[in-house]
Amino acid sequence: MVNALPASAAPAVTESAFVKRLLIGTSVLFLGAFLLVPLGCVFAAAFGQGVAAYAASFHDPDTLSAIRLTLLAAIIAVPCNVVFGVAAAWAIGKFEFFGKSFLIALIDLPFSISPVVAGLTYVLLFGSQGWFGGWLSAHNVQIIFAVPGIVLATIFVTFPFVARELLPTIASQGNDEEEAALTLGANGWQTFLKVTLPNMKWALLYGVILCNARAMGEFGAVSVVSGHIRGLTNTMPLQIEVLYNDYQFVPAFAVASLLALLALATLVVKSVVEWRAAAIEGPLP
Amino acid sequence: MSIAVRNVRKTFGSFTALDNVSLDIPQGKLVALLGPSGSGKTTLLRIIAGLESADSGEVQFDGRDISDRTARERRVGFVFQHYALFRHMTVLENIAFGLRVRPRRLRPSRAEIAARVGQLLDLIQLRNQAGRYPAQLSGGQRQRVALARALAVEPSVLLLDEPFGALDAKVRQELRRWLRELHDEVGVTSVFVTHDQDEALEVADQIAVMNAGKIEQVGTPDEVYHNPASSFVYNFLGNVNLFHGRVDNGTARIDREATGHLLFVRPHALEIGRQPVGPNSLRARTTHINAAGPVVKIEALTEWGARVHVEIPQDRFAALGLRKDEEVFITPRDLAIFTDERVS
Repeated sequence: MVNALPASAAPAVTESAFVKRLLIGTSVLFLGAFLLVPLGCVFAAAFGQGVAAYAASFHDPDTLSAIRLTLLAAIIAVPCNVVFGVAAAWAIGKFEFFGKSFLIALIDLPFSISPVVAGLTYVLLFGSQGWFGGWLSAHNVQIIFAVPGIVLATIFVTFPFVARELLPTIASQGNDEEEAALTLGANGWQTFLKVTLPNMKWALLYGVILCNARAMGEFGAVSVVSGHIRGLTNTMPLQIEVLYNDYQFVPAFAVASLLALLALATLVVKSVVEWRAAAIEGPLP
Repeated sequence: MSIAVRNVRKTFGSFTALDNVSLDIPQGKLVALLGPSGSGKTTLLRIIAGLESADSGEVQFDGRDISDRTARERRVGFVFQHYALFRHMTVLENIAFGLRVRPRRLRPSRAEIAARVGQLLDLIQLRNQAGRYPAQLSGGQRQRVALARALAVEPSVLLLDEPFGALDAKVRQELRRWLRELHDEVGVTSVFVTHDQDEALEVADQIAVMNAGKIEQVGTPDEVYHNPASSFVYNFLGNVNLFHGRVDNGTARIDREATGHLLFVRPHALEIGRQPVGPNSLRARTTHINAAGPVVKIEALTEWGARVHVEIPQDRFAALGLRKDEEVFITPRDLAIFTDERVS
């Protein structure tokens, strides 16, 4: 445990007031110019023609369908990645096995690969000219330019979020509590439900929040596999692009403001989770 | 329940943690596994608990081989060095855990569980802390909760891995005595691992001294302290001065040129004075004197530059009027002789 310095103690590293102000000023200016002003612009443009025009944007059936599709993709992708993330983080954190570092590198792959490439790989696999294309069309299954492709692409790009959040927590907690539960007579399932899961709940929640935010906001990979069929395969980010290209600025920014609100809500929930976790169990690793 | 360990071997990669170890732990006794780190004592405890499996050999409870049973089936109480309390559960929930996870037909009723937990809370004197979380307790309190949690399921044996290792000296003293009293009250066969010889000598009925994956000696604290079976045991149980020597007509002589024998003398078995009193009296010069404490600890250098530790009572020290950097003669009253093969 690191002890906090008493407020009256002089800090070990003292910078002059000028340097301090310069550093803080630069950070604030940078954040303001690149984050706050653009974010404000989104809301300004969305409400540019009044609240009525803003509200009217959401009466468009294509827009509503895009919102529904985005929610559907997130509702499927997030639980899939929770199951995968918990399993992968547990395997990596608690066991030693051959190829472990390779698995860790694989989990990070979606972070390092361009989403467009990710989307294209699905087209190559499941598209009509792709490896499984013939078999799929023979069995009347459509993946590319349909909802399954969008869900697959979303799962791919949000793959690392849960596992990445859980790994340090699981690794730092060791096996002691699980062993204690075992000697006290708990079976594997009870140990997982009553000991392992509660211990990782904050990290898990944090991972789910980030995973969800990315799932709803993903553009590149989804764009490649969606086919942009209005009212059918457009998600919110794709719908925003379509509206914008049609010069429908108010509806475009109105939908964009929803995504921006999602980002803000994510930030708030994330802060609350971090604060709660720190209050109960010490800071997140 | 009695425990028997028969010819247990365990290796981790190329490291041999346990090398053909056998040990008997009689019913109702409190036994210490004592040894330096890496001697295999924790591995042996974990094998008894079923948290680790032996490469060969067997573990018996009451004469029955239980090597195939899992930790869950062995019904042992295990207390971990770093407590391993469930951090998201209160003290009460921690203690009740073992009873609450039982299959429904074996589970006591809510009232019975509450009564049992209440009893244990009284036993560890933490009834008014029942609603707190482990992070809100001191180290000593956490270890007591860990003990109560292990006892709640009425284990057939209680296994403790360095139970006081992470605590400060004062709390450690208190908990040691408390563990001894608790054992006398509950009477469950108990094994605890420690690297602290004082702890083992003070608390245990029997001590198994371990070194490099083997058991060097098993005996009561008295036996292992006064009749050590090997130079390792002598060395490990308390401070010791080591001299080269030889044996003439049945009498040990300190002789720094001699090989073949090692003479061990405890600091309190050395006499210190201003005159030589026999052939084993060594001329030395005092280099450091620490008079704080029940005995006076004196450090001296012999003529050939070996450091010798001597402990004498306060009144003897006062009578001598010793100072630093004075010439003295040091004479062993009592020494142990070992052939010089087990010590490098």
